[in-house]
Amino acid sequence: MKVEFSVNGEPRTVDVPGDKPVLWVVREDLKLTASKFGCGIGQCGACTVLLDGNMTRSCGLPVSAVAGREITTLEGADDAVAKAVRDAWRALDVVQCGYCQSGQMMSAIALLRSNPSPDNAAIDAAMSGNLCRCATYQRIRKAIHQAAGELGGAA
Amino acid sequence: MKRYIDAAAVTASPALSRRRFLTVTTLGGAGFVVGCGQREQAPAAAAVPASAAAEPAPQPISLETLNAFVRIGSDDTVTAVVKHLDKGQGVTTGLPSIVAEEMDADWSQMRFEFAPADAQKYANLFFGVQGTGGSTAIANSWMQYRTAAAGARAMLVDAAAKRWSVPAAEITVAAGVVSHPSGQSARFGELAADAAGESPPDAPTLKAPEDFKLLGTHLRRIDSVAKTDGSAQYTIDTDLPDMKVALVAHSPRFGGRVGAFDATAAQAVEGVSEVVEVPTGVAVIADSFWSARKGRDALKIEWDDSDAELRGTEEILADFRDLATTPGATASDGGDVDATLADASQVVELTFEAPFLAHATMEPMDCVVRLDESGCDIWTGSQLQTVDQQVASAVAGVPLGNVRVNTLFAGGSFGRRAVANSDYIAEAVAVARASRSGAPVKLIWTREDDFTSGHFRPMSLHVMRAGIDAIGQPVGWSHRIVTQSILSGTPFEGLISNGVDPSTVEGAANLPYAVKQLQVDVHTPRIGVPVLWWRSVGHTQNGWVTEVMIDQLAHAAKADPVDYRLGLLETHPRHRAVLQRAAAAANWSAPAPEGRFRGVAVHESFSSFVAQVAEISVDSVGRLKVHRVFCAVDCGFAINPDVVRAQMEGGIGMGLGAFLREGVTFSEGQVLSNNYHLYRPLRINEMPEVEVYIVNSGEAPTGVGEPGLPPIAPAVTNAIFAATGQLITTLPLGDQLSAG
Repeated sequence: MKVEFSVNGEPRTVDVPGDKPVLWVVREDLKLTASKFGCGIGQCGACTVLLDGNMTRSCGLPVSAVAGREITTLEGADDAVAKAVRDAWRALDVVQCGYCQSGQMMSAIALLRSNPSPDNAAIDAAMSGNLCRCATYQRIRKAIHQAAGELGGAA
Repeated sequence: MKRYIDAAAVTASPALSRRRFLTVTTLGGAGFVVGCGQREQAPAAAAVPASAAAEPAPQPISLETLNAFVRIGSDDTVTAVVKHLDKGQGVTTGLPSIVAEEMDADWSQMRFEFAPADAQKYANLFFGVQGTGGSTAIANSWMQYRTAAAGARAMLVDAAAKRWSVPAAEITVAAGVVSHPSGQSARFGELAADAAGESPPDAPTLKAPEDFKLLGTHLRRIDSVAKTDGSAQYTIDTDLPDMKVALVAHSPRFGGRVGAFDATAAQAVEGVSEVVEVPTGVAVIADSFWSARKGRDALKIEWDDSDAELRGTEEILADFRDLATTPGATASDGGDVDATLADASQVVELTFEAPFLAHATMEPMDCVVRLDESGCDIWTGSQLQTVDQQVASAVAGVPLGNVRVNTLFAGGSFGRRAVANSDYIAEAVAVARASRSGAPVKLIWTREDDFTSGHFRPMSLHVMRAGIDAIGQPVGWSHRIVTQSILSGTPFEGLISNGVDPSTVEGAANLPYAVKQLQVDVHTPRIGVPVLWWRSVGHTQNGWVTEVMIDQLAHAAKADPVDYRLGLLETHPRHRAVLQRAAAAANWSAPAPEGRFRGVAVHESFSSFVAQVAEISVDSVGRLKVHRVFCAVDCGFAINPDVVRAQMEGGIGMGLGAFLREGVTFSEGQVLSNNYHLYRPLRINEMPEVEVYIVNSGEAPTGVGEPGLPPIAPAVTNAIFAATGQLITTLPLGDQLSAG
């Protein structure tokens, strides 16, 4: 089926089976590969994108459900919050294998948009759906605090 | 695999060329490549033992097979060719930093690229074949890359000396600029073409460590940028013209085979192009993952379980318990320990059980294969390039020289991608070969494929008895292990000696404590479950049980756990130093904060030494929280302290997750824990605050990928005992504290 939606601010039309998950549409049909496949059941968060600005796991979300809506992937995340998150991630060398980090950063961006100065408990609550097998969690926490500080929230 | 066995056999020969050599290859005037053989035996080599994967036999390299490690571009970039896989441990930063230091390059001009599969040039000097593991990447490369870079620097200096007609000795190099006091200066890129015409020095001078400017500082990871903007390329991101995606339906049981199958419904799924049988199952080839997945779901397969492992974990464990009643193969002969224990003042007897563990890498196993008239191209996070190349050659029916392995970032490995039979790579090649279309194929395993594929950390049972004398000193220590051999049935089998697979007893048979009689024996029954090295291998279990046991001896002796250990480590200064550092950081001599309790552990693995103090609390309903971990590490010279800290943090997080909840269970041969809702690694809300202290012993660098993991489970076990009096001897912890 043909589905029209917006990806990273640009209108896109794909002609794919309607049950194809958004993750695979952005990766295979739109060649945006930052969002990763990890589990296929919304348990690991590697596929996290923003849907109309809200944190969403894309691996189980049928593309038919996003007709007319706005998807943001890491490639297109470029507002002030995203920039602060990216800068903090780099300054603290958060990444190890890096595979989950697109999902981590998208969750962090969504968190900071709704809560400009999260404490550790708020960070843990917002980020606990994103697995990192390298266990970079301590740096993720610090990077979110640092980005919050950069954006003017409490560090 | 014959070829690989031959290659593995070479590692048994420690012959080593001490000749120093360097060669230069001109690259169309655009720059030059510097290669060098091993300058001399890496200092760490003699000390590297540990995992079977890290057998310390340097590989002689002939003058004809020179390595190529450094490339200077006319654009002023310096590229370090990285012979190892980066699966997160940071070697794509570490090796370029070594090159930058010896060249006096600027960190901003450094780049990296993964080396092709070429065992002649790029062998791991501890393995004899190209591969990454056993926390050896820096240790085996240290002198090799320094020498190459120092040679490159000398050639740049010689080229500048000629250009400016000045003595080379008057020239200095700093931050990528070659300068003479006369005011002449040139960037590397400007000198690259001239330098390519210079003769390499016979013995390039290496810097003294006190002159290091970059090494020992926090250089930013080179891969941070690409891994935070989505441009980093993993296997799953590979995209080739006309490429297809394949999923394979595997037997639900280890050792099961396809009996018969009906592909009619699968073929009818939109986007499915082919269904083919391969040795490991039935492959559905389609134009997308989603079509392949739906096609695979539509397959009707009758499995032949006649050779399958039909037991569950409970039955296997029961068999382990039976085996543990009889002596196994001797790894450490303690003499008549029974008699000694009969005379001991106190005897502590404990039985420990540790489950199968999954690597559960975030990127499931995947591999892209293109077979055409030119040969076989593979794109994957290859961890044993030499083995993968040879397996692909055999499966594809393509001469070895025409198999090209393109190594990409791996989304984690922890050992999973270093497999003697290259399981998923062989499968991908088999699918590509079976396909009639000739199109390139990307094999993707789903998470369920990954969790049910085996290659687990082996399950183990430990029966331990130790006795102390009247003043609390250990007089006898008996440790019987029942576990599977990782090496048995692989080309590494030759490392099994007198029935002892060294990976099963590492960290146990070389117990550092002064125990008069140390008896360690091991049973390694053959079981139809594929097992594999998992971050720190045998140390994952042996570090846990030995450090809990010594803590219990301290308890029996009414001694402080740190003081007790120190008293038994008089001949092990590096153990002592990290233990004292961690204890000091934790303020061990003072009481723990209100409501909190501490536990300690120290363990050597892969020639690095790590001590950890865990600070925990257990609430009234038995909920454990690990608040802080104080970690001290001696990995020799820390070339990048921040990467060392990151690896300690990661090892602690992964080890803590395993301690808390991880365990692969199966019933009637079928894995039950098949995705992250049932196999649950650590999440952010459980991550303690970790403080890492680096103890610089002045030794050559050793690994950090694995050694941070073993101490956390015993440190937390010992802290729980301090808090509750409950001793955890079966992992994972699960709900044992609330059930009690």
